[in-house]
Amino acid sequence: MKRARIKEKIYQGIFTVLAFASLVFLVGIVIVLFKEGLPIFKRVSISQFLFGQNWYPTYSTPEFGILPLILASVWVTLGAVIVCVPLGVGSALYLHELAGHKQRTILKPLVELLASIPSVVYGFFGMVILTPFLQNLFHLPTGLTALNASLILGIMATPTVCSLADDALSYVPKSFREASFAVGANRWQTLTQVVIPAAGSGISTAIILGMSRAIGETMTVLMVSGGAAVIPHSYLEPVRPMTAAIAAEMGEAPMGGDHYHALFAIALVLFLTTFVFNIVAEFISRRFRIKLGLSG
Amino acid sequence: MKGFNKVVLLALVILGLTIPSYADKIVVEGSTTVLPIAQKAAETFMDKNSGADISVRGGGSGVGIASLIDGNCDIADSSRPIKDTELDKAVTNGRSLKANVVAMDGIVVIVNPANKVNALTKKQIRDIFTGAISNWNQLDGPDDKIVVISRDSSSGTFEAWGTLVLEGSKVRADALLQASNQAVATTVASTPGAIGYVGLGYVTSSVKAVDVDGVKASKETVLTNKYPIGRPLFMYTNGTPQGLAKEFIDFILSPDGQKLVDEEGFVPLK
Amino acid sequence: MKNHITQKLGFLGLFLCISITLLFLGAIIFFITARGIKVISWEFLTQVPRSGMTAGGIAPAIVGTFYITLGAILFALPLGLACAIYLCEYSPKGIVVNIIRISINNLAGVPSVVFGLFGLAVFVKYFKFGVSILSGSLTLGILVLPLIISSTQEALLAVPQSIREASLSLGATKWKTIKNIVLPTALPGILTGVILSIGRVAGETAPILFTAAAFYTRGFPKSAFSEVMALPYHIYALMTEGAHPDKQRAIAYGCSLVLLLMVLCISGIAIFIRQRQKGLHG
Repeated sequence: MKRARIKEKIYQGIFTVLAFASLVFLVGIVIVLFKEGLPIFKRVSISQFLFGQNWYPTYSTPEFGILPLILASVWVTLGAVIVCVPLGVGSALYLHELAGHKQRTILKPLVELLASIPSVVYGFFGMVILTPFLQNLFHLPTGLTALNASLILGIMATPTVCSLADDALSYVPKSFREASFAVGANRWQTLTQVVIPAAGSGISTAIILGMSRAIGETMTVLMVSGGAAVIPHSYLEPVRPMTAAIAAEMGEAPMGGDHYHALFAIALVLFLTTFVFNIVAEFISRRFRIKLGLSG
Repeated sequence: MKGFNKVVLLALVILGLTIPSYADKIVVEGSTTVLPIAQKAAETFMDKNSGADISVRGGGSGVGIASLIDGNCDIADSSRPIKDTELDKAVTNGRSLKANVVAMDGIVVIVNPANKVNALTKKQIRDIFTGAISNWNQLDGPDDKIVVISRDSSSGTFEAWGTLVLEGSKVRADALLQASNQAVATTVASTPGAIGYVGLGYVTSSVKAVDVDGVKASKETVLTNKYPIGRPLFMYTNGTPQGLAKEFIDFILSPDGQKLVDEEGFVPLK
Repeated sequence: MKNHITQKLGFLGLFLCISITLLFLGAIIFFITARGIKVISWEFLTQVPRSGMTAGGIAPAIVGTFYITLGAILFALPLGLACAIYLCEYSPKGIVVNIIRISINNLAGVPSVVFGLFGLAVFVKYFKFGVSILSGSLTLGILVLPLIISSTQEALLAVPQSIREASLSLGATKWKTIKNIVLPTALPGILTGVILSIGRVAGETAPILFTAAAFYTRGFPKSAFSEVMALPYHIYALMTEGAHPDKQRAIAYGCSLVLLLMVLCISGIAIFIRQRQKGLHG
């Protein structure tokens, strides 16, 4: 009996220790990013790094201003939002409000399937199909542009937005709808004036997490965004988002040099950005659940 | 849970069966410019020597050299000579890196075939790429805006261009950056006012090569250093190459190997 | 009447949204299948690349992806199971569970290229595993850990409390209850999560860029410390490196089709199983 109890304790101990693995890895990532990224700030100040307009890391007098990269990320992410918010939220509304049970059991898995396509395949699709198409459509010297990246990222983020928005809609109590129908509203009015506002913060969580997905996406933007490290002023020009810069340049950066540290510092900026997005999403979704009387 | 255990066990056995052996294996890593040569040579070499095992990785010149210094690869491809900082690190790690030149690379300036300009000086080219010259009429051409096509700043070709032509000054910010030699050639072929640069092997009939400082780019002029925009391509080894690494580099330097260099669009040494 | 028209238009809009979304799914599958199918043959799947990556097959890339994926799941599965069991069965309260939950959520949101840098700095450099299957597997294992935890948690939560209570009241210890009652009941759900994770890991590129992937190797990897070719990286390399873009592109189509089919089948199976389970449990 005593041995059994000791065994129990041991198992519980093992599970407790292993349960902290995620925390360990997360902290590990933060430590590595700080350790490898911070040395760049001996070379340039934080504001020079964040707001410098020239990213010329390989020149004999290198410049490490990542503003063009940050703006490129913002640029393509905003473009992706324009694509994925209507598509994702619209699809969720359709699945939840209009599709019958049978239709839903077919359509929902298809949307999930879209989420499982590897990013490199999206990038490949963008390169071979979308690039020549956009190039001919707008008579561009190159089809590898911010627009191309935005479109592909938007499609990639759509399933994320859709399934999270779908979850949010399912939390809206039936009584809300019934009350709305009772005062004579039709289905569309109920949807736009009752259901969507009630699920609003849940849907915004979905959008934030979709954005977070888009801003961190690497392979697609590396393959289709065109790679010019200039401050973007048009969607029809090549840009170089942060993730693409890291993936493309890590190979040429001599280990332990300034360029190497600068790329880790970009990764740090990227990490902190998505971290903030996730925390905000978490915060909103908790308030949403409390508002609808669900337990946190 | 029994099923789980079995699966885990089986998987461990599979992994365990793959016993380490380093005998006839070398890793070649580094410059993406040298990559096609290394890959093709490795393929042909392994066809001839069935016992040999050669892995080829890209990554870039910096990665290759760092990896060689750390002892993670046997041959480092590089499209540039080793830098002083890297040399210091090699000395600290007790390594003496040896440069083996395996081929020459000539970078050709290309314009649209409709363009009347046939020859430029290196200074003019630099002015075009930095933005000091922005219209073809400044070069006795038609009144047409110059569209500058450059390579991605992470490519070895870009680095060579920066050193050999720009000499440290910066490419105009609105230059179109393309990811490959092929993409530069395609863009120049389809854009009337365009100017770009590609490796010698990528010049096709759909673009026009421009003479630089009065010298026409060709295998001969690159090899004899008459053409001003050429560079050697290296395979660095730790000390004098030995064993499989030596055989591999010897193969590349042999007539058969140099034929592959030619096929991949570079300039053979002989 | 006006309300009625607005409703019609609104519903039409929603229908268009889902149609466009699914149209992209169709377009991606269609284009890649139509152009990739010509390349695929038995030789393509079983041969090594030839003629400077412009001919031959992709066998080393398939083998490499298999090993990396296997390694990643072997690493992440025990950790993920343990974490989920701890959270669901030992029901810790308050701050501990919150810290773990928040770290899982945030780990899930870390961009894949950041995992790649972490793997490069820690596994490749610090532990000196080099660019290898081991480094790549560990990096991908960490990436997929949150997915395994959350799907296992879901499966464990679906096990009725009454079963646990029955087992405990018969005198079984907590661990015995978990091992003999809870886990077998939750097994299908856990497996679904594992299958989804396999699909995710097999398609990831950015994390293996600096930790595992080789441009060209031949034959089977000799040990866990060998670098390998991998399907997703191979597609990227064919499209961006090498000297013969046009000929390489054909291979890239075939390679994409193989990867796409593989991932869609794996995920399809998981989604199908989950759908059926949901159907069974209402």
